[in-house]
Amino acid sequence: MNLQTSYLGLDLPHPFIVGASPLGSTVDRVRAAEDAGAAALVFHSLFEEQIEHHESGLHAHVEAYAESFAEASGYFSSAVDYHYGPEEYLEHLAQCRKAVDMPLIASLNGTTPGGWTHYARQIAETGVDALELNLYYQPRTDEEYGALIEANFIEVVGKIREAVSLPLAVKLSPFFTSLPHFVRRLELDGAAGVVLFNRFYQPDIDLESLQLKPSLHLSDSSELLLRLRWLAMLHGRYELSIACTGGIHTRDDALKAVMAGADALQLVSCLLQKGLGQIEELRREVAFWLEEQEYESLSQARGSMSYLHAPNPEALERANYLRILQSWEA
Amino acid sequence: MKPEPFAITDANEAVANVAYRLSENIAIYPITPSTPMAELSDEWSVAGKKNLWGDIPTVVQMQSEGGAAGALHGALTGGTLATTFTASQGLLLMIPNMYKIAGELTPFVMHVTARSLATHALSIFGDHSDVMACRGTGFALLASNNAQEAADLAAIAHAATLESRVPFLHFFDGFRTSHEINTYQPLDNDLLGELVDEKLVSAFHRRGLSPDAPSVRGTAQNPDVFFQAREAANPYFDAAPGIVDDVMERFGKLTGRRYRLFDYYGAPDAKRVIVVMGSAADTACLAAEKLNAAGAKTGVLVVRLFRPFSLTHFLDALPKTVEKIAVLDRTKEPGAIGEPLYLDLCAALLQAAQSGQMKDRKPLTLVGGRYGLGSKEFTPAMVKAVYDHLIDDKPAHGFTVGINDDITHRSLTVDEDFRVRLPDTFAAVFYGLGSDGTVGANKNTIKIIGEGTDNCAQAYFVYDSKKSGAMTVSHLRFGPRPINAPYLVQEARFIGIHQWSFIGKYDMLGFAAEGATVLLNAPFGPDKVWSKFPREVQEVILAKKIKLYTIDAYPVAREAGMGGRINTIMQTCFFAISGVLEREEAIEKIKKAIEKTYARKGRAVVEKNFAAVDASVANLHEVVIPAKADGEPAPAALPATAPDFVQRVTAVMLAGEGDKLPVSAFPVDGTWPTATSRWEKRNIATEVPLWDPDLCIQCGKCAFVCPHATIRLKSYDEAALAGAPEGFRSTEYKDRNAPAGTRFTIQVAPEDCTGCGLCVTFCPAKDKANPRRKAINMEPQEPVLERERANWNFFEELPLPDRPSLGLSIKETQLREPLFEFSGACAGCGETPYIKLLTQLFGDRLIIGNATGCSSIYGGNLPTTPYCTDANGRGPAWSNSLFEDNAEFALGLRLAADKKRGIARRLVKVLKPKLGDGFVREILGAGQGDELSILAQRERVEALKRKLRDVDAPEAKRLAALADFLVEKSVWAIGGDGWAYDIGFGGLDHVLASGRNVNILVLDTEVYSNTGGQSSKSTPLGAVAKFAAGGKATPKKDLGLIAMGYGDVYVASVSMGASEKQVIEALSEAESYEGPSLVIAYSHCIAHGYNLNFGLSQQKLAVDSGHWPLYRHDPRKAVDGAPALQLDSRAPKARLRQYAENEIRYRLLMETQPARSKELLDRAQERAEDRRTMYEAKAQAKG
Repeated sequence: MNLQTSYLGLDLPHPFIVGASPLGSTVDRVRAAEDAGAAALVFHSLFEEQIEHHESGLHAHVEAYAESFAEASGYFSSAVDYHYGPEEYLEHLAQCRKAVDMPLIASLNGTTPGGWTHYARQIAETGVDALELNLYYQPRTDEEYGALIEANFIEVVGKIREAVSLPLAVKLSPFFTSLPHFVRRLELDGAAGVVLFNRFYQPDIDLESLQLKPSLHLSDSSELLLRLRWLAMLHGRYELSIACTGGIHTRDDALKAVMAGADALQLVSCLLQKGLGQIEELRREVAFWLEEQEYESLSQARGSMSYLHAPNPEALERANYLRILQSWEA
Repeated sequence: MKPEPFAITDANEAVANVAYRLSENIAIYPITPSTPMAELSDEWSVAGKKNLWGDIPTVVQMQSEGGAAGALHGALTGGTLATTFTASQGLLLMIPNMYKIAGELTPFVMHVTARSLATHALSIFGDHSDVMACRGTGFALLASNNAQEAADLAAIAHAATLESRVPFLHFFDGFRTSHEINTYQPLDNDLLGELVDEKLVSAFHRRGLSPDAPSVRGTAQNPDVFFQAREAANPYFDAAPGIVDDVMERFGKLTGRRYRLFDYYGAPDAKRVIVVMGSAADTACLAAEKLNAAGAKTGVLVVRLFRPFSLTHFLDALPKTVEKIAVLDRTKEPGAIGEPLYLDLCAALLQAAQSGQMKDRKPLTLVGGRYGLGSKEFTPAMVKAVYDHLIDDKPAHGFTVGINDDITHRSLTVDEDFRVRLPDTFAAVFYGLGSDGTVGANKNTIKIIGEGTDNCAQAYFVYDSKKSGAMTVSHLRFGPRPINAPYLVQEARFIGIHQWSFIGKYDMLGFAAEGATVLLNAPFGPDKVWSKFPREVQEVILAKKIKLYTIDAYPVAREAGMGGRINTIMQTCFFAISGVLEREEAIEKIKKAIEKTYARKGRAVVEKNFAAVDASVANLHEVVIPAKADGEPAPAALPATAPDFVQRVTAVMLAGEGDKLPVSAFPVDGTWPTATSRWEKRNIATEVPLWDPDLCIQCGKCAFVCPHATIRLKSYDEAALAGAPEGFRSTEYKDRNAPAGTRFTIQVAPEDCTGCGLCVTFCPAKDKANPRRKAINMEPQEPVLERERANWNFFEELPLPDRPSLGLSIKETQLREPLFEFSGACAGCGETPYIKLLTQLFGDRLIIGNATGCSSIYGGNLPTTPYCTDANGRGPAWSNSLFEDNAEFALGLRLAADKKRGIARRLVKVLKPKLGDGFVREILGAGQGDELSILAQRERVEALKRKLRDVDAPEAKRLAALADFLVEKSVWAIGGDGWAYDIGFGGLDHVLASGRNVNILVLDTEVYSNTGGQSSKSTPLGAVAKFAAGGKATPKKDLGLIAMGYGDVYVASVSMGASEKQVIEALSEAESYEGPSLVIAYSHCIAHGYNLNFGLSQQKLAVDSGHWPLYRHDPRKAVDGAPALQLDSRAPKARLRQYAENEIRYRLLMETQPARSKELLDRAQERAEDRRTMYEAKAQAKG
């Protein structure tokens, strides 16, 4: 069965790629992912905060003590080149690029058009094939309005586009007033793809210490439904490619995502839980099902259940809620 | 003109750059002000920089300068080119080997930043007392006067030593030359290659000890031959001056800079001549030039090669017209008929006369004088005073210049108005705080002007003695010609005042020339600033016709994302208004410099700085100066209640006017009053902690961890609240044993707090409805200052709880008065809370011997003294001997206390018939195991003193003087890991083995903190430190285990952030143990590289990860068959990596060499686990 797909202009033998996670954190793991048959791999993110905080922290807690006491001009060797975060990440990308042949996608996570966007250029220099930009912003005041935040996002994308010519995917959260419109703007600004959706660290509460503590649980198939809705809504409207991430654990999950319109499927939780062998397993099961159902190729199924092609697109509309409620009343 | 090519660095770098390239082995040890030379050498070696011959010099750090000298002696005996860098006490430790090295005619050069020797006090600053202590060693003593000469003479020394076989001590003035940044021509390898004879290097290599051509050195010689053999080397010393002169001539041909053994400057027909060595020579030349231009006949004879002294060269240099000579020595030899240079000149002239070489000269008058001890300023006006002195018919010998000696009246009067104007030179002075980046910005400015224009640059930085909130004063000069003016700027055309808080406190405008431009960072608009000035400041502004600009820099910095760093903003403003460069050109250059400086720190930092530059000029305003002064007079610096000494002496020093104090102001023997820090009121915190009584659980942790004793608690009777100021906070005291109506208060000293925030971070009590709020919270200082000052004053007057009633809980230790307060330690210091606790536990009977290092600096660096007294006038008695001998010093203090007690006990027995049997039995037999019994014994001693007044016997008088020693004294040796693990380890080990009741507190920061973070044997595996730039590859020494090996030593490993209770118990047990005790205290430090606000949680993580086990080894327990060792921390529950990741000292390696870091940390993890296993076994073993 022909499972070939194209994502961000990259020709992939099948849609299963390793999503941004610890699975890309060492060269050995990246090699193992390739050996397990991954079509591509997205690296864990280099965070804007990681870049900026390291720099300003270094300033505040190391350099602030320099040049202030007669007996010590500073407390760390002036000759040591301080590498913080970005350099380590870049070095890792370069090493992985040398170690494997599969397409590699770097990931940057940030929201403000600051100096950190310059790292995109350095990322490009490591030889990776594409860049995934993870846009997530938590508004903190009642003065920030949606259009402002979207404009900021667009500016960030523009800055990155200025910096590099690598295919750029934008990883989004589901919380946009009008996702179709925003994706259109991204496309106009040069994005080659979007990734639906980001999953966030959620703050939990430690009852003993009265501290908030960030937590992240692995996904399960129930999270897929939200993605199916938006894949289906977006498919067929744009030139850019669309990846699905979050909630793909089984053959059926994968098939549904493709039918809703996904060009690529990013796997993380299922690989962390069941191991890298799951890539091959899913690939095989999907191929088997398509053959059994007499599909010609995976492409034939792509978008078949999207808003444009589904036999009952109204299920994707608001009416959906009303009908279900009414049916219960009846 | 400006040299080409040129370099702009300090002399330390200029010299290290030569010495490194001409050496094969380098043995180092940190000591101010030479440390940077050692650091640079180590960095270069790690980076693979090669010497002249293509080899990478090996740099090895030793445990002391004595150790370095031994290693060097070996490396030289083995026939390799070697060097070292040192000063002061370090040089003294090398002296024994220097005799050997010279006695064996070994080519060798050591580079010395000449620094004072510790006498009545320690001084890190410059004079020649250390170098002069080496006169007898046989080393050639070669002096250079500025950065150019230091580089040049370093090379000349390395070349001359190979040829002469006489070892060289090349020296230049500590700080004034070593740390002065200046413009000079560096020496390239081609030049060094021309200068150093390859054949001589080979000959030296061949002479090295080798079994292939064996020889024996270091024999013992007997009366039959020692003398002759000692004289056998004479021809080499005789030839050395000629060889140096030859090398100087060759050097002159190569560079155009011709030096001589004695260089003469001034009128060829001079009548009055000053003979001088070191940087003062440049000052003397400037003054002589000005005087001669006005018709005087003066000159300066600059001594370069002091030893071996060449009479011929000296006479050749000295003009025949000279009638009077003043020899200036930068050292003091009490009791000598004159200082060393003077004495040598006396002998030289006498010999010259006896050999008939003075026939064609007039009779000479020769006098000697002292100047510049401990980096005392030496100005052209002082030079003039010396020349004026020589006008006298009979000028007095033994004068001093630069001070006012109103006791022995030896000082010369100086005409302060005599100034030398440096043509075309732009001078500027900047006042900043250490933390605001002023010095860094000025170094950047030097680069911009010195490297980006045709100007030469000179800069000298003055720091105050504090480690937190320290003031920095930058003196910068720029001009088209090399600037050899080694004294502070006297008339600045630009003054930058980067902190408003300095106004009124110090004389900020003293350096301002008439018409100077002044830039002020003020939290007020341009229309308000004038009215905020004290009248005195307004008057100076009017009198000097100052042009004043102001900017409110902190909001601009915050806006630009720079936090509290205002350096870039102030630097931009300087360029915008000083006129030193065209404004646009300057701004472009600043941006380029920012790009260059911060590029490796990341784009974000660069962009923030750019934003700051752009915002600076927009926020800069010129202040319209009114016609007359109308401000209020500046308030008195100190309240009238301050003691007389503080008013007369300390206050003057605090105002930065200590130079003006006469000799009579000072104690004659270095004995200084305690408890003076409380008068300083530094007001350096922008935020201070305020207490919320409703939330407080009264645990006392805030006070426990406060590094500066600025948070205090008291419990008191409610009646004491009468007259409390409005807003004074008080609540019911939560203690079952306290009588009803007892109140409780936690109060901050708002003017003494450094604002570190440790107390707030450590506070465990949170508001349930708003857990962000704790029982103590940081709030801006300024709005609450007046109220909290009144509260603090009232709080101080509240009665103290009865000491014997207090137990050893955290809270109750904090209800005891701390007798160590408001030190100059870093904000958030991890050491000082331990010392403070010590004073709370035993302060009124505490004797401290303190090793040199951070704790001696914040413990005893003037102007103020933090150790203080209780209401009875008792408190810690403190002294610093040296770095290397502190355990022995404390043992001596123990011996003294024991001896006095022994004599007192004997005399009590002798006087038994007069004192009564019962009383004697009581006073001699009294136990003193707790506060109550100590109090009882104090009362007995008072009774004894009363009785003795009526006893007419010589023994009674002796006993009265010693009776206080019948109360037990608690003797502690305190110091850091540099002392305990390295330089003082031999002595510490001996004291541990002595069985004597000496308590040792090691404040372990795992690096040499005071000198800037060099590696010690306490530095952990995998941590980066200076001298261990590639990460320390050997494990931390287990000092506690070594001490436990003696069996009868009390040993504890403690960490305040992990267990306060265990710290208290350990200190108490150590004190009560009648033998040697060692307490090793984990102390977080700025050299670890993280926000010290988290110092205590990081301490806890150190324990939880197994890096820092908590234990107590008490030999008293072993007596009953129980194990002596008790482990106080549980088996590690975190990986070492979790702890290490939080600190830059580890992260540096993780991120630069991840594989090596992993390997080292894996080994450290393994070692921590092994150690845990071993300790667990030991804790179960029978004692």
